[in-house]
Amino acid sequence: MTWVNDVIQGILLGGVYALLGCGLALMFGVMRIINLAHGDLAVLGAYFIMVVLDHWNVSPFLALLPVLPVMLLIGYGLQVTMLDRSLRSGVLIPLLTTFGLSIVIQNLLLEKFSPDVRSLGGNAGAIATSSWRISNSISISAIGALGLGVAIAVLGGLQLFLSRTQAGRQMRATAQDPDTAELVGVNARAVYARATAIAVAIAAIAGLFLAIRSTFFPFAGPTQLIFAFEAVVIGGMGSLWGTLAGGIVLGVAQTIGAQIDPSYAVLAGHLVFLAVLASPRGGLFSLRGATQ
Amino acid sequence: MTVLAVKNLDARHGLLQAVREVSLDVEQGETVALVGANGAGKTTLMRAIAGAHKPAAGTITFNGYDVTRVPAHKRVDLGIALVPEGRKLFPQLTVEENLLVAKRSRNGADWDVARVLEAFPLLKPLRGKRAATLSGGEQQATAIGRALMTNPRLLLLDEVSLGLAPVAVDDVYRSLATLIEAGTTILLVEQDLRRALDNAHRVVCMLEGRVVLEGAAKDLTREQITEAYFGLRGAGA
Amino acid sequence: MIVQRWGRLSASATGFAFALAIALMFVPLVFGLATQEKLTSLLILVLMASMWNALAGYGGLVSVGQQAFIGLGAYGTVWLCNHNWNPYRAMIVAALFCGGVSIPLSFLVLRFRGAQFAIGMWVVAEAAAILVSLDQSLGAGTGTSLIELNYYTPSQRQHYTYWLTLGMVIFFLGLLFVLLRSRFGSSMQAIRDDEQAAASVGVRVVAGKRLLFVIAALGCGAAGAMTLANTLFIEPTSIFGVDYTAWMIFMVIVGGLGTFEGPIIGAIVLFLIQNEWSNSGVWYLVGLGAAAIAFALVLPRGIWGTLEERTGVRVMPVGYRLRRTAKVDARRVVKGART
Repeated sequence: MTWVNDVIQGILLGGVYALLGCGLALMFGVMRIINLAHGDLAVLGAYFIMVVLDHWNVSPFLALLPVLPVMLLIGYGLQVTMLDRSLRSGVLIPLLTTFGLSIVIQNLLLEKFSPDVRSLGGNAGAIATSSWRISNSISISAIGALGLGVAIAVLGGLQLFLSRTQAGRQMRATAQDPDTAELVGVNARAVYARATAIAVAIAAIAGLFLAIRSTFFPFAGPTQLIFAFEAVVIGGMGSLWGTLAGGIVLGVAQTIGAQIDPSYAVLAGHLVFLAVLASPRGGLFSLRGATQ
Repeated sequence: MTVLAVKNLDARHGLLQAVREVSLDVEQGETVALVGANGAGKTTLMRAIAGAHKPAAGTITFNGYDVTRVPAHKRVDLGIALVPEGRKLFPQLTVEENLLVAKRSRNGADWDVARVLEAFPLLKPLRGKRAATLSGGEQQATAIGRALMTNPRLLLLDEVSLGLAPVAVDDVYRSLATLIEAGTTILLVEQDLRRALDNAHRVVCMLEGRVVLEGAAKDLTREQITEAYFGLRGAGA
Repeated sequence: MIVQRWGRLSASATGFAFALAIALMFVPLVFGLATQEKLTSLLILVLMASMWNALAGYGGLVSVGQQAFIGLGAYGTVWLCNHNWNPYRAMIVAALFCGGVSIPLSFLVLRFRGAQFAIGMWVVAEAAAILVSLDQSLGAGTGTSLIELNYYTPSQRQHYTYWLTLGMVIFFLGLLFVLLRSRFGSSMQAIRDDEQAAASVGVRVVAGKRLLFVIAALGCGAAGAMTLANTLFIEPTSIFGVDYTAWMIFMVIVGGLGTFEGPIIGAIVLFLIQNEWSNSGVWYLVGLGAAAIAFALVLPRGIWGTLEERTGVRVMPVGYRLRRTAKVDARRVVKGART
């Protein structure tokens, strides 16, 4: 019955991947940009939380609160300074600028904090270690359940924002046709900046769970980016709920892979990703355009 | 009162000069028809007025305010609304969402979703339908409704009859007639000369980027316009 | 106006390139081992930059995963040597192996576009790294070196490594030169400008991209094998590391994407920077990243590309040029046509 437990653990792990993928999916959906620095921004968020915890002895979840506005500002600033200019220049320039940004962030983190591997699991207290036993072989970790719950809440909230609010409608319109959106009074640049801000803030939330569940260090970003991207692509790149499904599939693939042999965990995820890309549908929810 | 004053406008597409030294005035409550062959520069001029195209030279004044450097979305705040050529609805948004995106309040008689649906009854059953699934006539109605939702002081309509069945065009012009009667200031581009003359107060004809003929619709004969349209009798170039 | 391929400048430039290639062959006879090692590193950079440029600049395929082939080339060499191949022959065969592997791989990855292709290749590289690190015979995660090279004296080793690397660079640059001047070159230009339009006039888009993909795999595989030969020790995380892509991107964007000379210039720039500052720790990498961002935003055509654009000068004759001849009187042409 350990397989059932693995699947459950995988589903819980999928929550973190969905959170990681959410911001990436939003930026891609609205701006057609893949932010290669996304993983590094999640790690940056984790380091900010760590800094807050160095000054105040509170729960990391509370430490997230002051970090969120900072991340929103960083996202907004990134869009306005760098990404805006990259937007209308085709596929290559945004990839290059975000790649350059990724290198800058990693090395600034290395400069400021040492290359030591860190974790915030200790600061989280009981929640990082407790779990509910369902049966002899199945248990659900508190942090895992919380991670999945937060992922669902964030994705659901974002989906509601996009479909029910005026700002969300404007974002979807801009994603589909930025020139016409301008003609009906929507400030496309402001919309893009908002999207990036939200994406970076969500990355910070993902970074928090990464830091509590496992570890982080200055060069941890690229690995997280790959997981985020795999979650988004497996889910089909079309919808936010697809990213949740993709994250869960990735989590399950990794935990089952780990069951076969611990060193196969990440590889299993890669193989599932490549298999999904190779399949005719190209994703669980087929490639529809933009965020709906 | 002059709502729109365009002076000596030059607009380019790359190296090609699409609009040459065009000057044009639109008065409050007027309906002005802009006619001319394909490539005469009409759409470029409309887009320049709306802010979607940056002019190389000249000025655009709206209600006395110089908007030449003002970005498109701010011009919508000021009261300029363009129904673009080809409708350009947001394909994955529903009709209602297309309307709501453009919603902008202004003191006075506000357009809202209910009022737009009254003006275009054919849209009533289509509220929740995705714009990409609509027919040409339905899309045109939605596009005009969307522009109206911004409560414009100047409505720009680019080729509303393009690609529509004659019956659908009749419907569109019937709705426009109501707007015209209500005193909305309208500048419309129309390929169909009969419709232009029937519905507009004034007609402006363009050829190769220049204004070659202008006058009250009732004063101009079809022959005069046809000659200007095609640049015969040395009327253009 | 006439259309021509060669001008006076291109002819002398090509002649100069030939002379340079021959002169470089004599380096081991004139310069010491340290210089040879440095030049070998520079040549490897030139090769990597040219291959990435071939993919991205000519084929429009941005890959963040060419390190897959760099690693496969290096570890392929190790595997062959474990099976008693001569190390230098093994390097060539390992490069061929990379080319071979890339053919079936291309049927998978060339279905992707844009960012999906870019990161898809990265995932392939990561998967390859994990697979290699699980193999004990290849040294697993701790790395390995090419002990077979110990059968040569250090100076022989450096000479042969240098000559093989030089040979590879001359081969691949020559191959690209010939390809670009052929019909293939025009099709690639067409694909870059407008893929759909190119397809509609009969350009075989996917076949063209596949050819570039395979060539890039061959070249990067060769670069990986040469890196092993030049540095003697490799381990999976570094030889399959995304850092190589970072170098390649930097060289190509600084030198000039889509130009023939650009990658060479970019390689020289990176080489000089590495030699000067690689001991300055973190800030040098931050500087490189910032420079890449700055170039991408401000000077996206790179040094050479901007030079070509501003001056209209074309050095290596890989494209076509227009040359004005005597002024033609248009009216006389029209009159002549009517009668």
